[in-house]
Amino acid sequence: MMAVGLHHFLVLSALLFVLGLLAVITKKNAVTVLMGIELILNAANINFIAFSRYVDTDLDGQLFALFVIITAAAAAAVALAIVLNIYKQMRSVNLDEADTLAG
Amino acid sequence: MEFGHYLQINLASLPYFIPELILVGTLLLLIIVDLVLKDKPSAGWLSLIALSGVIIALIAVIGQYDLGTRSLFNGVLVLDHFSLFFKVLFLAAAALAILFTMASIELAGRPVGEYYTLLITLVLGMFLMAASTNLIMIYISIELVSITSFVLAAYIKRATRSSEAGLKYAIYGAFSSGLMLYGFSWLYGLTGTLDLYQLARSLSEVASQNPLAIFLSVLFILAGFGYKIAAVPFHFWAPDVYEGAPTPMTAFFSVGPKAAGFALLIRFFVSGMAQPSLVESSMWQAIGDIHWPQLLAVISAATMTLGNLIALVQNNVKRLLAYSSIAHAGYALMGTVVLTQEGYFATLFYLVAYYLMNMGAFLVVIVFQDLIGSEKIDDYRGLGYRAPIAAIAMGIFLFSLTGLPPTVGFIGKFYLFAALIKAGEAYYWLAIVGVLNSVISLYYYVKIMKYMFLDRPAEEKAGALPVTLSMNLMLVVLMVPIILFGLYWAPLQEFTRNSIQFFTGTF
Repeated sequence: MMAVGLHHFLVLSALLFVLGLLAVITKKNAVTVLMGIELILNAANINFIAFSRYVDTDLDGQLFALFVIITAAAAAAVALAIVLNIYKQMRSVNLDEADTLAG
Repeated sequence: MEFGHYLQINLASLPYFIPELILVGTLLLLIIVDLVLKDKPSAGWLSLIALSGVIIALIAVIGQYDLGTRSLFNGVLVLDHFSLFFKVLFLAAAALAILFTMASIELAGRPVGEYYTLLITLVLGMFLMAASTNLIMIYISIELVSITSFVLAAYIKRATRSSEAGLKYAIYGAFSSGLMLYGFSWLYGLTGTLDLYQLARSLSEVASQNPLAIFLSVLFILAGFGYKIAAVPFHFWAPDVYEGAPTPMTAFFSVGPKAAGFALLIRFFVSGMAQPSLVESSMWQAIGDIHWPQLLAVISAATMTLGNLIALVQNNVKRLLAYSSIAHAGYALMGTVVLTQEGYFATLFYLVAYYLMNMGAFLVVIVFQDLIGSEKIDDYRGLGYRAPIAAIAMGIFLFSLTGLPPTVGFIGKFYLFAALIKAGEAYYWLAIVGVLNSVISLYYYVKIMKYMFLDRPAEEKAGALPVTLSMNLMLVVLMVPIILFGLYWAPLQEFTRNSIQFFTGTF
């Protein structure tokens, strides 16, 4: 049986990061884009916790992950409120249709 | 036992944290007063509280100048002249933003309690950005600034363009701070520390083994910093946000968070990624062979070129100024690539000049927006005859933005180019790009002047515009230092030169 080591976590987080990046770049729906951003943040979190366990001796990385979770929740709350407000005005959360400002 | 020790350090740090505590007190007071005066007209009181909070904080910050440099809260924040310089700049920008809000009709009649609360929170976040030396603190302060800016950009809830500005700000902001965080996580894995000073030390050991990994994490981190200063390729949000947000907020966004981004960028690279040069004491050199100065040079050149070229074809003044502010981020970045005291001095000096002239230009936009209800360049036709003081003020602000003497913008650009030339042949090309860009920018700044002064207003709307006394007064107050510092800049130079003093670590 193979032991799970640092590399496995790093590969997992890199995969999550790329999936998040893909969602941000290709999706048109604002909510889906925000979900992609959450994936990127969680990829970073996995890195922090894995490095904290395998590289650093103290808990700095885990502490960082906790802070990221909290601020990500705050950012998502604000972003979703803005998306909701956009939906009320335009009946759509499609980023391509939010084009009153362009040039 | 150990807990008691940390608690003691934290308590001992509090006396050096007074300006921030004043800001926290102000924002709590704003919330309470807003609740108490719920149904009464309270805008005047709230503006007054916010403004006096900012002024008291400014006095407290100036009082900190003789406290020396020290590390606060177990090495999370520092107090040094570099951070104090930026705190003064932030408070000056916030004070003007509050005055603009009071004088403008754009936000009149709307509830301003939350508005000022968020504005003061934003200032607090920028304070922390300028002083943080720990990656956790850097991330939290950036998020504090970002999240409050999203709400402020989207403040006019019923206006589609305001909401859209908020949405774009939020999505680009969350995305770039996600990238930055991923970069932080790599840096943490490579060095095993979150403290900038320890980072510098352990980088000098690790850099030679893993230069590519470190370079990539610097690229990711620059996504976060670049977003804050609106540098290419993370500038996409800026034109939309600047156009859609309430104009007093646009003026503030174009100066405050941008300066905070520069503070963070300079501190991160000087404290975490560079070491004092062995050859000359006023220089730094990049640790290991990580080519981040060259990276910054390329970003600087791309930022000013792209900002200026797109500004050429704009017909909305707010949008034009947005692209011009992107270009100015590129100019200011020029000072950060040479890693000399001269360079950082030039950047800081330029930020002060930029604060005066950009705030001024946006104030003129506010004046005309209130009076003619438009921010299209076409509608500026003949305004030189209808509102002479405001139009002349706009002329001076635009000349200063171009960098023509005798304005402070000229002095700022002069120092930037001088720092580049002095640093040797390696960056001559960047100085040439900068000069060419200044020439390009002359075209679109002068275009506004041409519409205002050379074109006659249409017959049916040729009457003089009733610019209020307070607006005229603020225009003069911004106009005078631009000319004054353009002719006699020694005091400003001294103040700025004293600010290139970094905390250098305790360990």
